[in-house]
Amino acid sequence: MWKRKDLLGLKELSADEINLILDTAVPMKDIIKREIKKVPTLRGRSMVTLFYEPSTRTRTSFEIAAKYLSADTSSLTVATSSVVKGETLIDTGKTIEVMGADVIVIRHEAAGAPHLLAQRIKSRVINAGDGMHEHPTQGLLDMFTIREKKGKLADLKIAILGDILHSRVARSNIWGLTKFGAKVRVVGPSTLLPKEVQRMGVEVFQSAEEALKDVDVINVLRVQRERQKKGLLPSLREYSNLYGLDRKRLALAKPDALVMHPGPMNRGVEIMPDVYDSLHSVVDEQVTNGVAVRMAILYLLMGGKNVNEVVN
Amino acid sequence: MKLLIKGGRVIDPANGIDGIRDVLIVDGLIVKVEENINEEADEQIEAEGKIVAPGFIDMHVHLREPGFEHKETIASGTRAAAAGGFTAVVCMPNTNPVADNKAVVSFIKQKAEQEGKVKVYPVGNVTKGAQGEELTEIGELKAAGVVALSDDGKPVHNGEIMRRALEYAQMFQLPIISHCEDLNLVASGYMHEGYISTVLGLRGIPAAAEEVMVARDIILAELTGSPVHIAHISTAGSVRLVREAKARGIKITAEATPHHFTLTDEAVIGYNTATKVNPPLRSSRHREAILEALADGTIEVIATDHAPHAREEKEVEYAYAPNGMVGLETAVPLMVTQLIHTGILDWSEAIAKLTINPAKILNLPLGTLSAGSPADVTIIDPEKEAVVDPARFQSMGKNTPFAGWELKGWPVYTIVNGRVVMADGKILE
Repeated sequence: MWKRKDLLGLKELSADEINLILDTAVPMKDIIKREIKKVPTLRGRSMVTLFYEPSTRTRTSFEIAAKYLSADTSSLTVATSSVVKGETLIDTGKTIEVMGADVIVIRHEAAGAPHLLAQRIKSRVINAGDGMHEHPTQGLLDMFTIREKKGKLADLKIAILGDILHSRVARSNIWGLTKFGAKVRVVGPSTLLPKEVQRMGVEVFQSAEEALKDVDVINVLRVQRERQKKGLLPSLREYSNLYGLDRKRLALAKPDALVMHPGPMNRGVEIMPDVYDSLHSVVDEQVTNGVAVRMAILYLLMGGKNVNEVVN
Repeated sequence: MKLLIKGGRVIDPANGIDGIRDVLIVDGLIVKVEENINEEADEQIEAEGKIVAPGFIDMHVHLREPGFEHKETIASGTRAAAAGGFTAVVCMPNTNPVADNKAVVSFIKQKAEQEGKVKVYPVGNVTKGAQGEELTEIGELKAAGVVALSDDGKPVHNGEIMRRALEYAQMFQLPIISHCEDLNLVASGYMHEGYISTVLGLRGIPAAAEEVMVARDIILAELTGSPVHIAHISTAGSVRLVREAKARGIKITAEATPHHFTLTDEAVIGYNTATKVNPPLRSSRHREAILEALADGTIEVIATDHAPHAREEKEVEYAYAPNGMVGLETAVPLMVTQLIHTGILDWSEAIAKLTINPAKILNLPLGTLSAGSPADVTIIDPEKEAVVDPARFQSMGKNTPFAGWELKGWPVYTIVNGRVVMADGKILE
């Protein structure tokens, strides 16, 4: 049974709660595969996406997930929002709440913004990415994909490659995967490794070659060009030479290793086109699974009890 | 007007007194501190079981007036000081306009005389507009009544300007209070850089951002022979540098805030913006170094860095909230609970950090119960327990992370120039 009001991060979720979401996502994925992709389960419920940062795929994924469950959706983006008029996050959230939103999905550049909102409004809040903190639905869809392909999470060796410092995806992956006994490694240039990250229960590497040895999964993170301007990287060329996932580096992993990427990708920078197009890549499945996992979360947060009532 | 304080444990570190004494005050001055004074007084305070100390001085507060009266005023800030057991406050110049000229300093002094509950000593800016480029008219500021110079809120980034400021201020016996922060190393951080910032996804400020400036200022204090006072010291490395500099005879002093000796960066978990301060709350290793330095005298002053903000300014995303928390009304019970009841400091050592030590650094005729001194007295009930309730603060700022904390050892009387301004937590009009 789901008891929480909000979904803010994977750090605070128990393994049982995560399992409940992942198990609920399995029948949801069946719905996506149907010819008529719609069930009436959340009819009359409403979800508002409140995005203070540009994002196409996460917002669309949430909207599609809600629509497949027959919930009504609206979206608010920063350019059209009241931020430019000086309205605070709390006031914006309260306004959306009194319009009747059951769930608010928020993306924000400031870590902790979803927590602030969740404390101050009665509507349920889903964190769709807050600053460098967490991106729990991405973490869950990554876990769902790994579990689906490998049949388990325990004891798998999983490397997260790239800009760990700025990555909310990395943090959610670490919290989620380590709860199930996966052996998580993080690897990237020392300027992009956060302080004392090993205390989160991961092994830290600076050499891609060492980190990728015998891993079951490689989760490649996006590198942003602005990191170079801030003095964190000498050049994208050097980054690509040292950390770009090419065939040679991929060969260090297990023969059946999965290659994942949360998107959008810089092809030819952090991942080479031939690796992305190889059979190792599960990037497209991640996107599909993202809808299934978000359907599961919306369903559980809006009071769903028996998943059979959805699929039958 | 005679006021007699009977039977308290008088602790006056300036005079090496710690014992049961009576204190006689006549016409605003201390007349004598002796056992069993039997004189008719207009007013008598029974102080058995209480600590009677020289009036506490907070050498680092932000009164926000002029310019930010929605956060605090001289009237409300000094009421908060009185409620917190302080008889004098030293106010930082980052008002609007800043206190880089005689007019603003005179305004603050005049307002304080008209509306202040306690004594107010303004600090003037080191540089014009706090821009770090040109020295203020330090001679005129001194004449207007400033007791120190600082661009607090910001560092004086340019080493050459800081050097010249130290040399010039020496002519007027004005210490410089340095806000030590290398802004390049801060690099838009919001909290201490460490494990907690990693977990919370908040940009970190390394301890080194403070330490490189502390090191620079020590070197400049040595070069110029002028005193530098390090404001709100927060890291183990800064403490080590100050300790070594003192051992070499450099004129360097330092203050620590109650929040830095009480809290660690773990308080930021949950994104409570009341924990957003500059310098940030550090990890336990740094906090322990602060405690050690308070105990061994490397840090000789406790100051609050009282920084009130309006509620709506703090009710925002962590990254967007202004730095600062209020401190005047929780400083004494935090000190007693965290430092004295735990045995880190004895009463005399602790009281010195709020009385004679800041008075000496700022050349103020305060901080002692010597006969003939102004009769500023703070009386503490060391056993009084109470829960921190920001709704009852005199300060307009309610931004404290200590709401709901039960603390033991509260001020019960604040006496300024022989006049009781606070009794049992109530401000007397």
